[in-house]
Amino acid sequence: MRVPHRLKTTPFYARTAPLMQGQNWRRWAGYAAASCYEFTHDREYAAVRNAAALFDVTPLHKYLVSGRDATRLLDRVVTRNVPKTQPHQVIYMGWCDARGKLIDDGTITRLGEQAYRMTSAEPNLRWLHRNAWGMEVRIEEVSERLGALALQGPLARDVLNAAAAEPVDGLKYFRMMDNRIAGVAIQISRTGYTGDLGYELWVPEEGALAVWDAVVAAGRDYGLMPAGIWALDVARIEAGLVMLDVDYHSAHRAMIEAQKSSPFELSLDWSVTLDKAPFNGRRALVAEKARGPAWRFVGIEVDWNSFERLYQDADLTPCLPMIAWRASVPLYRGGRQVGYASSGVWSPLLKKYLALAHVEAPHFAPDTPVEIEMTVEHRRLRANAWVRKLPFFDPPRKKA
Amino acid sequence: MSQNRYDAIVIGGGHNGLVNAAYLARAGRKVVVLERRHLLGGAAVSEQVFPGFTFSVFSYVVSLLRPEIIRELELPKHGMQILPLESTVTPLSDGDYLAMWGDADLTRRELYRHSPLDAEAFVEFGRLMSLMARAVKPIVGMIPPDPTSLAPSDLRGLMKLGGHLKSLGAEQFHALWKLMTMSSSDYLDEWFEFGPLKATKSASGIIGTFMGPRSPGSAYVLLHHYMGEIDGAYRAWGFCKGGNGTISNAIAAAARARGAVLRTEAPVKQLLVKGGRAMGVVLESGEELRAPIVVSGLDARRTYLELVDPRELPGDLVEQVRRFRFRGSSGKVNLALSELPDFSCMPGVGVHHKGAFSISPSVDYLERAYDEAKYGEFSRRPYMDIVFPSMIDPGMAPPGRHVASIFVQYCPYRLNGGWTPARREAFGDAVIDTLAEYAPNLKRAILHRQVLTPADIEEKIGLSEGNIFQGELALQQLFFLRPAARWASYRTPIAGYYQCGASTHPGGGVMGAAGRLAAQRILADA
Repeated sequence: MRVPHRLKTTPFYARTAPLMQGQNWRRWAGYAAASCYEFTHDREYAAVRNAAALFDVTPLHKYLVSGRDATRLLDRVVTRNVPKTQPHQVIYMGWCDARGKLIDDGTITRLGEQAYRMTSAEPNLRWLHRNAWGMEVRIEEVSERLGALALQGPLARDVLNAAAAEPVDGLKYFRMMDNRIAGVAIQISRTGYTGDLGYELWVPEEGALAVWDAVVAAGRDYGLMPAGIWALDVARIEAGLVMLDVDYHSAHRAMIEAQKSSPFELSLDWSVTLDKAPFNGRRALVAEKARGPAWRFVGIEVDWNSFERLYQDADLTPCLPMIAWRASVPLYRGGRQVGYASSGVWSPLLKKYLALAHVEAPHFAPDTPVEIEMTVEHRRLRANAWVRKLPFFDPPRKKA
Repeated sequence: MSQNRYDAIVIGGGHNGLVNAAYLARAGRKVVVLERRHLLGGAAVSEQVFPGFTFSVFSYVVSLLRPEIIRELELPKHGMQILPLESTVTPLSDGDYLAMWGDADLTRRELYRHSPLDAEAFVEFGRLMSLMARAVKPIVGMIPPDPTSLAPSDLRGLMKLGGHLKSLGAEQFHALWKLMTMSSSDYLDEWFEFGPLKATKSASGIIGTFMGPRSPGSAYVLLHHYMGEIDGAYRAWGFCKGGNGTISNAIAAAARARGAVLRTEAPVKQLLVKGGRAMGVVLESGEELRAPIVVSGLDARRTYLELVDPRELPGDLVEQVRRFRFRGSSGKVNLALSELPDFSCMPGVGVHHKGAFSISPSVDYLERAYDEAKYGEFSRRPYMDIVFPSMIDPGMAPPGRHVASIFVQYCPYRLNGGWTPARREAFGDAVIDTLAEYAPNLKRAILHRQVLTPADIEEKIGLSEGNIFQGELALQQLFFLRPAARWASYRTPIAGYYQCGASTHPGGGVMGAAGRLAAQRILADA
């Protein structure tokens, strides 16, 4: 068969597969991705906050957009001001349908005057094409050809300095540089999905294994660990970063209006520039901004005492979610449901039970007391919790 | 004499007649079903055409059967088991193939190979079509109101319909409008760029109709095939263990369990009418059965023009039924095989044999196949939908042997010069020759073959002109016009005489919906 009946594997698979101890593979955009390499993800997560962790994030969708109208196309699609980006700058934002509802979110890296790399969680080639009608622009998908590694953690810079031809000390937050590792020309951006000091390495498929080997070798002195999605999930919840298909649904996939979210409803206001050239959803977003969003995406911190009591009442000690859950969990205030959490986890770093949640107006102000549903010994109960401002964890080293 | 008296008589033991009888029996009525053939099921029958080889001789897959019927008649308890039929493979003219698998990631990867844009469009198309299926579900499930009537029940129905259409929202309403008016090819052009994908999808728009993929109205037939629902998922097709006869047998068992009497080899000659009221029926044998309610599961032509003296009916109804379009366009070839066809595009035996093969390399190919039929010939290179039931249910053939079910279009009922045994075999040869181009071992693998033209379908199971839907799913024959204006609500002008076949709303495809809705009407009228 021309397409084997197997999940795709990334260019790093020859190295990641032998690391896998518990056969903990999962699906990610049609690829086999590691949930964790060791039997549990504890040490992989610890590496993110204590040393450095190496994630294979190749399954991200990646597009090269170039040509005379490249800036115009992207500026028309996304909610941020693309013409204002500097060469080698990276921006994060979402993009909307005509009604101002999010389709997806990701980053755009300005590679040159009229050349960009865009990443997304779901395929967006068709959406880019549909917006490019009449424009002189080339849209090329490089998802499979371009491997991607995320090197994240407080020692990530040291690892890279040891591995790369050029030092990365001067590389600022959300900037990109050309560099070489093991003789392979790569790009390094100071970006990530952990809310920590971190970098992403954009590696041509054919140089993937050499780069992996060099990074792992350099990381040996810095406690570098390859890590999987479970570790990443804990970190991204601490960082308050939204995830498509978990925390929100694409306007292109949602079956009903209520399943769609605007950037304001996801608290991504900072990534929306209304006073720029017309873009998809602008009109709706202007109106929404004027009237104020009906929902906000917030942090939820569970009150430990209340949480513990639910278990004590059942003669149990609290059972903590060490692996992040991805489910819809009701939130209440004054006996009425005021929202739902969409992911949650115990933060081993902050020693708090955290969740990310959608909360209706006017209950989303920070420190608003709410209740979160918990199932303890087959019974649905409620624990006290507070609305918290995101992110939960934001170390100075992230941008320093 | 009393054993010949019933509360209701159902003429025709097809799946709709059986469903109707089961619901009437469930409501406590004393019901008898009269079937002409030696077995129940009509077009949904399994027969050992050749010793050891079982065929779903006519209809061969299941999807549209209404879930409420499965639930309410407890069909799984009565032996119905639906097995997955997940993939469709289209061999291409250049030796490659196009496949749609049961898994979304796998399908995306395969479509991406042909067109990255189509790989994305496919997901969004699927979403919209399932929204459409959900949008028409209440329409499929309602007794059609007469839009020209001021009767309270019609007005209530129209209000309900209007409210529903209004609730759809712009995106869905506009899509529905397009599906009701466009050709399947034009509609798919708005979504996809890869020709074989458009062709394979558009094939759903021509099945059972005398239209090409470029004929306006075929987009609706496409939608009709998306209405199926298995385990809550729209557009899921399955294979019934034991063949489609098992569906009929399960419905029959459900009817019997509720006291219905099911008689085979009991052909009905005529409806007994007195003073404009149905009184019962007389069989070919001369036997008379009496009941105040008689339900015909036969198609509109037989229901109105053969079972009844047309003088009992209003002239305009007779006229409408005479014009009701049947124009059977589909044939069937059933093969007993010593080995599975080895497709050059995907050599060897594999999971692809557990799904369907579609011979639909391009929209032009399908349209050309239609052109030949338009002028009275069968397609020399026809569209085919092929499944290997023995790969899904091993019980369909002796161990190591196989059966193939080949649905073929176009095969016109009105063939130039008429159908003869020689012409039938020539049609069969065209099918085999075409398929053998894709699977060279086919001819040596054939142990037996059964070729069915629309003329054979008409002769064997009584479907007029061999139309598999008891009349085309053409726009002018749907909803409140199926089968005729003012007589779309399962009643007929003869009091106590009802219709419940696929000639009535919402049409055919082993849905059972007509049989159920007719039972609702009958019980409400009582």
